[in-house]
Amino acid sequence: MSTQSQNHQVVFHVRRYDPDHDAAPAWKDYRVPVPPGMTVLDGLHYIKEHFDGTLAWRFSCRMGVCGSCAMLINGMARLACNTQILDVSRTALTIAPLPNYEIIKDLVPDLAPMFAHHASMKPWLIREDRDEILNPTGEYKQTREELEQYIQFTNCIKCGACLAACPTVATDPTYPGPMALAQAYRFCVDSRDGGLEERRDALDTPHGLYRCHYAGECSRVCPKGVDPARAIQLMKRNLVFSYLKLVRRREPSQLLTGPVPGAERRSEIPAPPPFTVEGAGDEA
Amino acid sequence: MALGKKHPNRLGIAGWLAGGRYGGERYLYTLHRLTGLGILLYFALHILVNLSRVFGRESWDSLMAIFESPAFKIGEFLVFAAFAYHAFNGIRLVLIELGLPFAVGRAEEPVYPYKSSLNVQRKLAVMVILAAALLVVVGGYDLFILGH
Ligand code: FES
Repeated sequence: MSTQSQNHQVVFHVRRYDPDHDAAPAWKDYRVPVPPGMTVLDGLHYIKEHFDGTLAWRFSCRMGVCGSCAMLINGMARLACNTQILDVSRTALTIAPLPNYEIIKDLVPDLAPMFAHHASMKPWLIREDRDEILNPTGEYKQTREELEQYIQFTNCIKCGACLAACPTVATDPTYPGPMALAQAYRFCVDSRDGGLEERRDALDTPHGLYRCHYAGECSRVCPKGVDPARAIQLMKRNLVFSYLKLVRRREPSQLLTGPVPGAERRSEIPAPPPFTVEGAGDEA
Repeated sequence: MALGKKHPNRLGIAGWLAGGRYGGERYLYTLHRLTGLGILLYFALHILVNLSRVFGRESWDSLMAIFESPAFKIGEFLVFAAFAYHAFNGIRLVLIELGLPFAVGRAEEPVYPYKSSLNVQRKLAVMVILAAALLVVVGGYDLFILGH
C-alpha cells in the first residue's frame, strides 16, 4: 500500500446531526488520506478513529450483503461499503443520510416506515396448506422457468436506497415504495404462492402502485441489480389482467413426490459412476 | 437508550427536480406531472371562459379580445406543447405499465454490471422526446408563423 504522502487527500463533507444537542443537521469537513481501493465505509472509520468518535452510521457486513450502510454519497443513494472513494471523486465527497427517511443521528436514517410497508405486502408464501408450511415434509415443485420469473427480485437486501431516490416517495409517505412493491411482485409470481387476491388491497390503493410513473430511479440506484421499477410494472400488468380476468387463476404448485415405485431407468440415461469413497452411499 | 427527536428529511417537491445526480427518466417523470397539472389548469380555465357565454355576447367578446394578446398566444403555445409531451409520454407509460417485453424486458438474474428495465425502455423515451419536439415545432410554426 502506498504511503500517507502518496495518498490523495479527499475532503469528506459529512452531514452531522445529534438529536440531543442540534436543532438541525449541519455540515462538517474532514480531510481523509485515501489510498486506492479505500471505500467510503473505510473513510468513515478513519474519521471515527482520528477525528470524531461520535460519528454515527450503520454497517455490518462490509461487503454489500447486509444492506445496512446505504447513504447519500455525492448526491446518489448507494452502499458505502460498495463504493470506492476514488471512483466517485479525487477531491471532495459529500455524505448525507438517505433522504425521505427521518434522521435518527448523523448518517442513520429511520428505516422503520419502509419495513412497515414491506410487512403490509405479506412478503411470504400465502397458501392454504398452513400445516405443510409450518411443519414441512417436502419441497414444492418449481421449474427453472418459474424460478426465473422472480429470482431477480430475491436479491433485494432492503438497504432502502430505492426509496431515497424515488420522487413519488419524496412527496407521498403513504406510497409503499419500490422495495415493498417489488417484494409483493416477487411473491405474487412465485409458482408456490396463491396470495394475489390477499395482497390486492395493499397494492391497489389511491396511494398504491399506480403512483409510480416510471422515473426509474429505484433501478438506477439499486446496488444489487434488483430492478424494482421492472417489478412494479409487471405487478401492474398482473393486477390489471387479474381484474379483467384475462389470466387463468393458477393454483399454487404442489409438493414434489418421489419417483413412482418400481419405475425403471430409461435406457438412454446412463447410471451414475460408482462411489469413489468406500462406504459412501451405504445409508441410501 | 431512548431515541432522541428525529429530524424530518423528506425531500418533498424538491425531490421531483433534484433528488441527486440522477438520470433522464426522472425528468420525464417530473415533466409528465407538471404538464398534467398545467393541462388541468387550462381545462378549468377553458370551462370558466366558455361559461361566460351565459352572461351574453358582450362578456364573451370582451374575454375573446383579451385572448388576442401575445401573452395568451404564448400561453396557448405552452398548453399545446404540454399536451404534445403529455400525450406521447402517456403512451410510453401505458406500454411500460403493460409490462411488454420491448418496454421493460423480462426478469433476469442480475449479472454485474447490471442492466435494468431502464436500458430496455430508453428507446421509447428517446422516441417520446423526438415526437413531442417535432409536434411542438410544427405547432409553433402554425401558431406564430402562419398565425392560425
Ligand atoms: S455494510 Fe453490509 S451492505 Fe454495506
